[in-house]
Amino acid sequence: MSYLALECWFSLTNKQISMSSILQVKQLHKRFDQLKAVNGVSFEVEEGMCLGLLGPNGAGKTTTVEMLEAIKKPDKGTIRYRDAPLNEEFRNKAGIMFQSTALQDFITVRESLELFQHLYPEVTELDQIILDCALGDFLDQDTASLSGGQRQRVLLAIALVNDPDIIFLDEPTTGLDPQARHNFWRLIHKIKRKNKTIVLTTHYMDEAYELCDKIIIMDHGEIIAEGTPRDLLSKHFNDVVIKLQKSEKLESALISLEKEQLLVSITWHDTCVEIQTSDVNQIVKRLLAADISLNSMQIRERTLYDLFLELTGKELRA
Amino acid sequence: MKWQRFVSVLKARDREFVRDRSALAWNIIFPLLIIIGFAFAFTGDQLDQYKVGVIHQPELDKISFYTTQYIHFIDVDELEKSAAINKVQRHQLDMLLDVDNKRYWVNDSSPSGYMLEKVLAGSGGEGYQKQLVQGDQVRYVDWLIPGVLGMNMMFSALFGVGYVVVRYRKNGVLKRLKATPLSALEFLAAQVVSRLWLIMAITTAVYIGCDLLIGFTMQGSYLSLFLVYALGAFSMISMGLIVAARVKSEEMAGGLLNMMSWPMMFLSGVWFSLEGLHPWVQKLALIFPLTHITQAARVIMLDGAGLIAVLPNLAALFVMSIIFLLLGVLLFRWE
Repeated sequence: MSYLALECWFSLTNKQISMSSILQVKQLHKRFDQLKAVNGVSFEVEEGMCLGLLGPNGAGKTTTVEMLEAIKKPDKGTIRYRDAPLNEEFRNKAGIMFQSTALQDFITVRESLELFQHLYPEVTELDQIILDCALGDFLDQDTASLSGGQRQRVLLAIALVNDPDIIFLDEPTTGLDPQARHNFWRLIHKIKRKNKTIVLTTHYMDEAYELCDKIIIMDHGEIIAEGTPRDLLSKHFNDVVIKLQKSEKLESALISLEKEQLLVSITWHDTCVEIQTSDVNQIVKRLLAADISLNSMQIRERTLYDLFLELTGKELRA
Repeated sequence: MKWQRFVSVLKARDREFVRDRSALAWNIIFPLLIIIGFAFAFTGDQLDQYKVGVIHQPELDKISFYTTQYIHFIDVDELEKSAAINKVQRHQLDMLLDVDNKRYWVNDSSPSGYMLEKVLAGSGGEGYQKQLVQGDQVRYVDWLIPGVLGMNMMFSALFGVGYVVVRYRKNGVLKRLKATPLSALEFLAAQVVSRLWLIMAITTAVYIGCDLLIGFTMQGSYLSLFLVYALGAFSMISMGLIVAARVKSEEMAGGLLNMMSWPMMFLSGVWFSLEGLHPWVQKLALIFPLTHITQAARVIMLDGAGLIAVLPNLAALFVMSIIFLLLGVLLFRWE
């Protein structure tokens, strides 16, 4: 076998390994009294990918993740980790960061890390985690005195102490300021580069777009869309959004364009108007012909935010 | 059970308790304040009522001694005679009277006994044979200390485990630990051991502190006393585990723990002897671990009793511990 052929085989094998599924979820059901929290959810999580679970409040994403984490038992359905039911091996190799977790009082960051480290048979070097999560500056500080961003980094570090194969992050950046969020994203990118599998729930569409290789959108306990962010957008949208400043001339021009069915939709705001169209050239030509100034015109692609609203019909609530 | 996991949770809990300075200080200061306060409040013979134990209590008009005011006559069963004589030795009874056999016991160092002897002689008790006993007075504070130490252990055990675990459940610490390989048994064992050694350390400090500040009687063996308190603390920590097992709100836990601790505080004989109470109340008191701790510690400290003498109390504490522990572990839920 030539070197090139060997390399091709090696690369193919690697790809097959990396695409193998680490978590298989089949027909998951969970009910709380009369409420169907999760209703027949099935999907697979491939090794090394970052899967995003999106949905409005009450969509069932946290319940789904808690069943995946073996915190809650499903009423029906199966979850398999590396082709086996969730067992001791899973607990040893899963890293978990809950939506809200308190740490024991009067314990420093270092002591919290050591506590969790001693609960697992195989662990990562503490120094490496401290470096990766940038905890050095507040390592000997009481966990109760940390800022929101520092606290989330500590919780992420705790999720990493056991050198996990799969990491569950439940709304990890909720409540953080934009800078802290971006710092947190950098950490997650670092983890992704180590070929760790991540299951992320989030309210932030930009976060999902930035971090996730695959997205599942849930509502009313069911999956309503699934795919890569780009595929989902191209599957649902073939238009763009044009934003213009409101004027009387523009209003009459848009009314005639709408009659000619050149627009997908128009959204009127206080000072501006957003139009969705799949034929930008034609719209621009017609607006120029109507002597409308395009100096303030902005064109943007459709985003996950648009997709989310279109599918769930709900405003985002953080 | 994995030793490393148990030790790790134990260390974290110890750190949390020791670094919580206000809670630690309160655990030590509270019993000291109570004991010192009572020591001052009951210094001197302020109780002006005389106490006379009567074996075979006759008709009240048999001798005029029984019509004397300010004497509290206490009926004593024939079987309890030796215990009553002990009380005369410790000045807890001023006199013991055996009407049928025309005998009485007084302590030769008791002024109240001397006074009662004179009253008896002048009011129909001529010819009664005097039985002299000797022994130092047991002050109220000496009598109080064994129970107050037990009571402090009770609060520390019930609230230190029951309340803290419920707080862990409410704020998500338990949920996070559930997601690790740590088992419920390892977690609970660490809580019990952590609280047990802390209680014993604090009780020892309070004991030494009280002895240095006011001094008190200790007739028995320190090892026996240690065993009684250790088993007692264990039984009450186990009792706290029952509350810790399921309750989700701190308010509910506080209510339940108060419901457990208040009857114990008043019906376990910590502040006053149960002898004067209704027999049913005395029987009811035996279901409380604190009653057995107080009784056993008191006879060790005041009478110098050995372990054999307190075996029934130790057995009761042991059985209670097993029942509470099993219930606590079986009912336990992380969430």
